[in-house]
Order: sequence, then C-alpha cells, then structure tokens
Amino acid sequence: MHIVIIGNGVAGVTAARYIRKQSDYDITIISAETEYFFSRTALMYVFMGHMRFKDIKPYEDGFWAKNRINLMMAFVNKIDTDKQIVSLSSNRIIQYDKLILATGSVYNKFGWPGENLEGVQGLYSYQDLQLLEQNVKNTRQALIVGGGLIGIEMAEMLASRGVQVSFLVREQSYWNNVLPPEESKMVGRHIKAHHFDLRLGAELKEILSDDQGHVRAAISTAGEEFPCQLLGLTAGVKPNITLAESSGTIECERGILVNEFLETNIKDVYAIGDCIQHRIAPEGRKVFEQVWYTGKIMGKTLASTICGKPSPYHPGIWFNSAKFLDLEYQVYGFVPNILENPFQSLYWEHEDGMKSIRIVYDVSKENQVIGFNLMGIRYRHEICVRWIRENKKLDEVVQHLALANFDPEFFSRYEKEIQALA
Amino acid sequence: MQQYDVSMSLGAKQGQMKSWERIGLVMLSFGVLGMLAAFLGAGDNQLMPFLAGLVMLATGGILYTRNRGKFLIFSLLLFTGGLLSLSFLWFKLHINASVWLIWISGFTALGALIYTYQRFGKGISGIENNHIFHTEISRPGGTITWFLSITFTGFYVLLYWFPGYLHGLIYVTEPFFQWFIGKDTIYYTQDGSISGYNQWYLYGFIYTLAVLIMGIRFIFKYRHNRYQIVRTVSVMFFQLFIAFLLPGVLEKLNATGSQVETFYFSYFWPLDYDALFPSNLAHIATLGMFGKFLIYWMLIGAFVAVPVLTYFFGKRWYCSWVCGCGGLAETAGDPFRHLSSKSLKSWQIERITIYSVLVLIFLITVLLLSNWRWDFLNSDIALSLKKGYGFGISSIFAGVIGTGFYPILGNRVWCRFGCPQAAILGILQKYFSRFRITTNGAQCISCGNCSTYCEMGIDVKYYAQRGQNIVRASCVGCGVCSAVCPRGVLKLENSSVKNRTTLSLDHASLDLFD
Repeated sequence: MHIVIIGNGVAGVTAARYIRKQSDYDITIISAETEYFFSRTALMYVFMGHMRFKDIKPYEDGFWAKNRINLMMAFVNKIDTDKQIVSLSSNRIIQYDKLILATGSVYNKFGWPGENLEGVQGLYSYQDLQLLEQNVKNTRQALIVGGGLIGIEMAEMLASRGVQVSFLVREQSYWNNVLPPEESKMVGRHIKAHHFDLRLGAELKEILSDDQGHVRAAISTAGEEFPCQLLGLTAGVKPNITLAESSGTIECERGILVNEFLETNIKDVYAIGDCIQHRIAPEGRKVFEQVWYTGKIMGKTLASTICGKPSPYHPGIWFNSAKFLDLEYQVYGFVPNILENPFQSLYWEHEDGMKSIRIVYDVSKENQVIGFNLMGIRYRHEICVRWIRENKKLDEVVQHLALANFDPEFFSRYEKEIQALA
Repeated sequence: MQQYDVSMSLGAKQGQMKSWERIGLVMLSFGVLGMLAAFLGAGDNQLMPFLAGLVMLATGGILYTRNRGKFLIFSLLLFTGGLLSLSFLWFKLHINASVWLIWISGFTALGALIYTYQRFGKGISGIENNHIFHTEISRPGGTITWFLSITFTGFYVLLYWFPGYLHGLIYVTEPFFQWFIGKDTIYYTQDGSISGYNQWYLYGFIYTLAVLIMGIRFIFKYRHNRYQIVRTVSVMFFQLFIAFLLPGVLEKLNATGSQVETFYFSYFWPLDYDALFPSNLAHIATLGMFGKFLIYWMLIGAFVAVPVLTYFFGKRWYCSWVCGCGGLAETAGDPFRHLSSKSLKSWQIERITIYSVLVLIFLITVLLLSNWRWDFLNSDIALSLKKGYGFGISSIFAGVIGTGFYPILGNRVWCRFGCPQAAILGILQKYFSRFRITTNGAQCISCGNCSTYCEMGIDVKYYAQRGQNIVRASCVGCGVCSAVCPRGVLKLENSSVKNRTTLSLDHASLDLFD
C-alpha cells in the first residue's frame, strides 16, 4: 500500500506520522516548498531574527528516515484519479493507492489594479518570506492591506527592520468580525501605541507603479495616497485548490469538498488541512477553519480511517490563540463578536487597558457558560473546556475562576475583582 | 547593502539608536577603557603592560584600517586602550588606585544602566529578541561572540594560574579590600619584590558587579514578568550579600582576631567540592562554636535542604534563585542563552559528563573520608586526587570552560555538563519532586521559541507540541520558555505529583497528539 501525501505542512505531516504509528504502509510526502516540515506560524520569528530557519523545524532532520517517511521535494503538476497517479513537473509519474491532499491555502487578491507589481506580496510560504527579505531591502515605508492576524505579524516584522508601517483595515475596529468590541478596541489601542499608522474603515483602491514596474504608492478608496515601496496583501487566505481542480474529477467549491471522514467525492482521495471545505460544518464549527491545530486533528483523524478504523472528524470545543505584538489572546468555546440574545457576557478589563477577561453565558439555559475570551491573561485549556463541556453555570465558574488561571507564578491575580462584578 | 549591523541588536527596535543609548554606550566604553588601562598599566609591573599596550595599539590600528565599518567601535576601543596604557607607562603616572576603581566601576555601571534602561526599560514591555540571530554580537559563531569567548577564557586562565598578569587590576582594587577585609591582596617579600597575590577578591568584585549590572538589565528586559523579576532580585541578593559582603565581613573579623573565618553560605557539597574533605573538616573543627555552626550548616544544606526544597519547588530553588554560578549565568549570561545546543546528541553527551563528575567527586570524597578513618592511602595519592579534581574540574571545567565558553555553548555550560550539585538536584527533580512545566492543552504551534531560548538546551517544544508536561532533570526553572511562548502554553508549577508526567488533557475529546 502506497500512501502519497501532497503538502508537507502540519496536516500532511501529522497524517504521515499517525499512519506510520499504526501501519507499515509506504508513505511519501511531496512538497515543492521546503525539504523539511517547518512551523508556518513561526516564519515571522525567522525574519525578525528571534530564530534561524532550522529552529522552526519541529523535528530534527533524521526523524523522517528513522520513521520511514519518504520526503520528496517536487512540484506536482497534475492528478489523474482514474489511473491513480500524480505527475511531477520533472515528468516523473508516481502511483498511489491512497492520495491525501494537504495543499494548504493561498493569500487573497481581489483584483486590485496593480496587485501584481513588484514589491506587492502576501506572506504565507517560505518563498514569500525569501521574497520579503528581498523586498524589504529598499523599503522605508510599507502599507499593509487587511487587518487579520497575518497583517499585524507582517507589520511587526517590517517594523523590526526600521520600516514605517501604515495599516489599512476595512473594518471600523480591528478584527471586529471575530473579537467583541472591547477586545477589538484594545488591540487597536495597542497597535497605535506601537506607532503604527492604523487606518480603520479604510480600503485599497489601487496600487501605483514607478517606471520600473515597482510599487511606489497606493490609493485608498477615500482618495488618500500612501507612498510605499512595499505593499503587504494580508486580506485573508483561501484554500489552495489549483491542483485538485486540475484533476477534473475532484469536486471543489471554494475548497476541496470533504465529508466528515475527510473523503473527497473520489474513492481513495482525501483532503485535510487548510485546503478543504466541509460539506457539512462539524458541530459548533465552521465550514472553513484554517488554524494550526485543526490541521493536526484532521491529520490524526484521517490516519485512523486509512489504517482501518474509520473515524469521523470531531474537533471538539473551539479554541485558539494569537499574539498581537505584545498582547496575548486566547479563546475557549463560543465567543461571538456581537452578543445577542440569549448570549450575555461578564466582562472585566484591567485599568491599564491591556488585560481583559470575558466569560460568555447563555441566559436561556440558566446562565450556562459557553466561552472564555482572554487578553493579556492566560487560561488553562483543560479547565475551560471541561467547564463548557459539563455545562457549568456562571456562578460556579466565577467562584472557582482561580483554577483556570495559567499565568506564571507571582503574576497579579484578578479573580476577586471579577467575583465582585458577578 | 548591509542589512544587519551591530547597532541593530544593540540599538532600538527601529534599527537606529537614540541619543541616550549612545551616551550610555560611550560611558560604558569609558569604564571598559579604564579597566583595560588598569589591566595594562596600573601598579609597578612594567614590561608586560608595555608589550600588551603595543599589541593592542597594533591590533586596533590594523583592525581599523582593514575593516573600518564592521569593527569601528571595537578597533577604536582597542587602539585607545593601548594608547592610554602606554602613556601611563611613559609618564610614570601613578593614578590613585581608589580613583581608578571609582572610574572603572562608576562608568561601567552608570553607562550600562543608562544603556540598558534606554534599550529595554522604556516603552511598551514585551519580548525583545529582535535580530539576536542576525548580528555578529549575538549570532552563533559571530565575530564578536568569538572575541568575547576568547576574552573571557583568557581572563580565567590568567586568574587561575597567572595572577601576576592581573597585577594592574588587583592593584586597583587593593585599597578597597584593605578597607573592607582588612588585608592586603598583593604580598611582598622582605626586599620589596612581589611574592604573590590574592586575586580572589578581585574576582569576587568583578563577579558581583557583573551579576548586579546584568541583573538590572535582565529585570528591564523582562519587566512585564514578575516571576523573572523576583527570581533575578533573589540571585542578585544572594550574590551581593551572601557570596560577597558576608564572606568579606567574616574575613575582616578574622583579621581583627575573632575566631571566625570567611565562608560561603550559599554553596554546598558537592559543588563546594572540598567541603567534606578531611582536611577541611579538621580545619573547621578548630574554629570552636563558629566551626560547629558551619558543620551543621553544611550538613543540613547538602542533605536536608537540597532534597526537601527540591521536592516542593524543583531544582530551581537553588539553580536559578540562589546559586552564584547560576546567578552569573542568568544575568551576565542571559545574552548567550540561545547559543546552547538543542540536539539529541548534546543531551546524550550531557548525561554522560554530568553524572561522571558526580560519581568522581562522590568517590573522591568517600575515599578521602575513609582514608581519614582507616589510613590506607599514602598522603601523596590523597593529595593528588584532591588537587586533580580541583584543577581539572573546579578550575578548568567550572571556571575556564564554564564561563569562558558562554558565547559558544550557551550560558549554562558548567551547570548543564558538569555541576555535580545540579546532577543531584536533577535526579531529585526528575523522581522526587512536584515541579513540572505544564503544557497548556493543544495551544502549541511548534514555533520553537521555547527550545531556542532554553539555556539548558532542552527541546521544550518536543514535549509541548505533544501536549505533554515537561519533567527533565536538567531544567533549572528559569521560566524563560514560558515567557517567550506566544500562545500561553507553558507554566512552571509545583502542584501535586499525581498526573505529573502524563499528557495534560483527559483523552475524552482532546486526545489530540502524542
């Protein structure tokens, strides 16, 4: 049995590792990006000099041979699901028994005039990082377009090289399609405190070129001109389905469509990670969830299915985390950006405006707690998820809140203040 | 185009230094220059400073002309140092030693404080690791990292075996110690020529100054993290009061005729390797009540405090809160913490070397103690065992390599590969302790910051990405992994021993990874 995995990101690699744990199948991972698996979310640290590229590889190089996982650095041109082959750009043909597509995502371009000029780029792949190293060299001013997590990372990266960064965000408040208003404002304040020129409610109209086909400025829909030698496109990512579509047989919509067993419409072809779109959203989840750990869970789930234990994808209770410059963020459970009946929340914010705790509960179910949103404070995953799963009520949660705290020792604790609010 | 220069890691986030940062660096340079000049020209030793002054002048000049941009400050510093020391000799300038000492420590301390406050202590607090792997001053194998390593190593070689070459520095600190401990540090024969030195007070002075200055830098750097602040204040306290002032006061009492002797209360056997040697015990026995107290202190420290405190808090209570070696590593060594190797190979080597040293000192101690009782060795063999360990392990390994190689192998070389106290604490920590680093569920993104900034070379992310708690003998509990984690994954904890080593999540719905 030969398992071929296309993509050596976290989803593909996790699938390979768990297939190896449970079977003796031949496993081949094909990637055109890098020789070895690396942590995509850590690329920013390489650019800022916190680490070398070799430090963001989760496994030592000898790991793969030791676990008999073949790594192949090659570009796959086409998939033929009838003949069960993939063809490489080197014209080599590889036969598979089962094929796993883990092709990740690509950053969005929305057809802006000038979006293909030199100096205009997103940040997703290792190649994007190398390009950014080139582009930053002659950059004094940069414009970032799009206010997601990658946008703020890119702003931080460029600032570390002494670049002046302006930041166009379509929303009226930073990331307010995810964060509730108070947290969203907190991030906005923090961005401004770091001297970024944050423009809320601003959109890109067009990108202007100099004589050499390089970006020289950009104009917002409000007509303001931003001189820049580098323009970062960070208006989200979308599933990378180019290869799947090339087969002519694998069904795609915005992503590669999969059922709860992560199977595509073609037998023995599976898809996991950022590139997929769930036909039916998993319980309490969304159709697209492009985060690190969902790729991991999908890889592990699929490995079981392939090794003879068919397992549906159950990601469990939502959680996530991020860091906006110096501001840490964690979320456990359901925290809507706009609280509507029957959901309410208990919100506490530190007087320094850099820490907050929000506990979301359901009034229609006797104040059952459904989510936690933390800024500048760390909470314990295990406890939060257990409380949510066991339908704990607000009173009980608030009373025992100290159990959830995960901040380092000697940090100030705020349970009393929150108990006073409840 | 030069992308990264030294100023980027020395300087502000925007890649340009602010004027106060420059002022701080200039003052610091004055201090270092004073030190260099004192090293070369102070006191009555003549030939050595003359030769060294010439060498410095020449090296500085060559470096400047050949590589102007890269080593500008550095070559000018060398050049000026050489010039200064030669002029001191030429004019037979005998600057008052106290003035000289105040010059050196004043400028060094003030300059460093101004600079580190400007660099780390202001503005929004957070992790400040930009460009560490980019610049010559901090990247592995960087030119300046190599230079620092050679300088540190050279200093230790002179200190241990050729104190005569440190005449200038010992001369400069002597009046201070004559006042503080009531004793000379340069010894003369009847005819006025030098018969020997006590260089250890100079060493203690530099050591303490380094821990204090770099400790304050560390506090500025991690001022958003109270665990780091408390821990650093603790090592600074133990170095200043218990390992510098208290031994000095005891020495002075001794000089004025009291029946006490200098003693380092923060070191225990086997790090204080000869504490239980017969010769030492016999000597302490002559000290009356004070001697009795010392014996109790040594025994309770080594055999009660070590296991009990380690059970409750892990080995960190000693290694990163009390110990002087650890104190230097955590403060002066902090800029080198990312240089420790994280490979599986180095973990294998570390386990062999550290336990070998432990077995060695254990055997030597037992042998000497039983020989004291039963007298089966001739005294030459006993003496050479003692001397061999003192030279090979205590001086070369702990001193020269342990500190000299900070910029090559990271700031915990001795603690990781050699220290027998760390070995004992580590065994206790692994098998009889409540301490662990808890991994927070499945939040880890395998970014690698924790492993990179682990001074002990533990591949923290290997555990974190599996959702597994970290229980490792070598962990000194510095807490920097937890500080640099961008996702709030790691926490140092002393909670109950139940479930200490298992995966942190119950496996019902979150059994994600192993």
